[in-house]
Amino acid sequence: MNAITIDAPGSRVDHTSGSAGLGLASMWVGFIAFLAAAVLGLYQVAERSGLFPAFESPSVYFASVSTHGVLMAFVLTTFLVMGYGYYTAETSLRQPLWNRSLAWFGFWLSLIGVLVAAVPLLTGQASVLYTFYPPLRAHPAFYIGAALLVVGSWVWCLEMVMMMSAWKRTHPGEAVPLAMFGTTANAILWFITSLGVASEVVFQLIPWSLGLIDTVDVGLARTLFSWTLHAIVYFWLFPAYIAMYTLMPKAAGGFLFSDRMGRVAFIMLLVFSIPIGFHHLYMDPFQAAGWKFLHMMGTMMVAVPTLITGFTIIASLEIAGRLRGGKGLLGWITALPWGNPMVAATGLGLLLLTLGGFGGMINASYAMNTMVHNTQWVTGHFHLIFAGTTVIMYFAIAYTLWPKMTRRRLHSRRLALAQIWLWFIGMLVLTLPWHLLGVDGQPRRISSTPYDASLVAKWLPNEVAMIVGGLILLVSAILLIYVLAKTHGNSQAETNPGVEYAESLHPVVRLSPLLNGFGFWTFLVVIYLIASYGYPIAQFFLMHTYGTTPWSI
Amino acid sequence: MFSDPLKAICEDSLERKWTWISLLLAALIAGVLGVYAVGSNINPPSNVETIDSSRLHLSEEFAEDNLGVKTNADGSMTVTLVAARYGFYPPRIEVPVDTPVTLRMASADVLHGVHVPGTNMTTMVVPGYISEVKTSFPETGEFSLLCNEYCGLGHDQMWSRLVVVPKPATGEGS
Repeated sequence: MNAITIDAPGSRVDHTSGSAGLGLASMWVGFIAFLAAAVLGLYQVAERSGLFPAFESPSVYFASVSTHGVLMAFVLTTFLVMGYGYYTAETSLRQPLWNRSLAWFGFWLSLIGVLVAAVPLLTGQASVLYTFYPPLRAHPAFYIGAALLVVGSWVWCLEMVMMMSAWKRTHPGEAVPLAMFGTTANAILWFITSLGVASEVVFQLIPWSLGLIDTVDVGLARTLFSWTLHAIVYFWLFPAYIAMYTLMPKAAGGFLFSDRMGRVAFIMLLVFSIPIGFHHLYMDPFQAAGWKFLHMMGTMMVAVPTLITGFTIIASLEIAGRLRGGKGLLGWITALPWGNPMVAATGLGLLLLTLGGFGGMINASYAMNTMVHNTQWVTGHFHLIFAGTTVIMYFAIAYTLWPKMTRRRLHSRRLALAQIWLWFIGMLVLTLPWHLLGVDGQPRRISSTPYDASLVAKWLPNEVAMIVGGLILLVSAILLIYVLAKTHGNSQAETNPGVEYAESLHPVVRLSPLLNGFGFWTFLVVIYLIASYGYPIAQFFLMHTYGTTPWSI
Repeated sequence: MFSDPLKAICEDSLERKWTWISLLLAALIAGVLGVYAVGSNINPPSNVETIDSSRLHLSEEFAEDNLGVKTNADGSMTVTLVAARYGFYPPRIEVPVDTPVTLRMASADVLHGVHVPGTNMTTMVVPGYISEVKTSFPETGEFSLLCNEYCGLGHDQMWSRLVVVPKPATGEGS
């Protein structure tokens, strides 16, 4: 194998304004969706508690839950990933966008998709939740809008891959900057994993909702969705990890512990996280236990890149703490600059990830999953990891990049820090009782609790705590929008407009081409995917199945 | 002597140790789950059996007269249930404590789920497929048997009752 030398560590990058507009536009769409979804979230915990009779309405509640899910899981995430990705590509590679007009076209296509889907969502004609749930039928505009959003994001995938290959051609023998390496890993991951839901929507749901075909096979639809459903959470999580690896070390005043292990973690996430979606189908009757067992084994491997990331990031924090004069076993922790939003978000995000990780292992174990399947435990779990770890890092990314993209100083670092802490506290107040409700048997996706009094009686205190959590989170969400909006109007110019990427403590002097590209790994994912999904999908065409006609909500 | 294969990608010895620990941890958890799955046959409901949900009333097993609890020759019970918006039929099921029970369920319309809080009885009920769960209930009492998958605007109202009663006296022993 050829040895590759890494770029000289002078990683301070000059400001390139080209993608700043696109980055800002994308992330603003994401954060506006986020604020709207936070309002809906508070309404939902209040409605579900039964304490506010005026709010009681299943049709409003399920329209709200569907909209909240779409806004948080599809709109916030996709637009943040795209905006951050474009800006990262341009600043870390120091080269302009591959095709600027195409990138803007992708942005508008995704935005139009969101607006098209918003109409049926807000009018209660798409209350099928963001996971679609055929044979419940939504208005066709909902599925078409969702498809446009995904196709717009494929433009982003193409741009990232083209930019990385163009850079490698002009920089033979050099290591692709880690931030771009992670971003491209995510682009490939998202393209491959989104093919599952895209097939379900294009071949099943759109023609079926338009009346072109009479029935869909619900088993096939759920199997295709599961292909997307696990790795999509890594698509959301990737920016958080990229920021921890490449933005946090400089913010903390130190170095990244290991550039190479970052590459290994990103590659493992790409390879391991896609072909394991059956842990979402453990309780479904149409897949055999053997396939579920194999997917469960694969799921365990996904813990490894996260454990490696935990080590590298905490080691990087320790380096910074010791460089700042921290002594002793734990003295480096107090020496860290916790007033920096990126450092605070990383620390708090890792705490939430640790709690959520334990819950995740329970969900992934198919015997233990029986106790919590479709209970509030599951919703509590993914709010802890996604709305906790992932979204708290989105805030830190915004606070780091807004001054670079607007060339204005951040409106207030203290308010930004308060916002992050409020989010952390609110998320714990929301999700810990949420887990307890699940253990006490409360099902998820309900708007009221008309069950046995003995079962319902112990739920109320936890539901009240969740309302408090939702309220804290809404205050935090408003504060985020306030700080970002005020930054645009700040009269003080940003004195240091370059993005400062981390330098590695162990500089990469020789790098295997395997750790500098994705050709082999993409091939491996496809093989793994065919092995784990080939027969389970083919079985629907090999056995005689009965399709299901559409049902209104 | 043994040379650490991780040396190729990881130059720090502490980090290599941690990576080995991570790999062993994943393998250990997978191993424990594997032993239970194979050794004690703890597997989720996975029978892969199709049925035409729009014609349940014409099927023998799920026709209205055949729903409910039946005692098999070996003393075990079979419960046949239909899930349809917004209820489970029959709406009240009575089974004896500590007795092997096979629940067979089909949906007459959309996706449903069944969960009995306080027990490990749960499965999805998917139109077009029959769900089968084998379990036994170790405690007597009245339980809620509720739908735990969104099935439409009346989803919350979809629940019925499972009653676990003491075993009938068989006259054998005390």
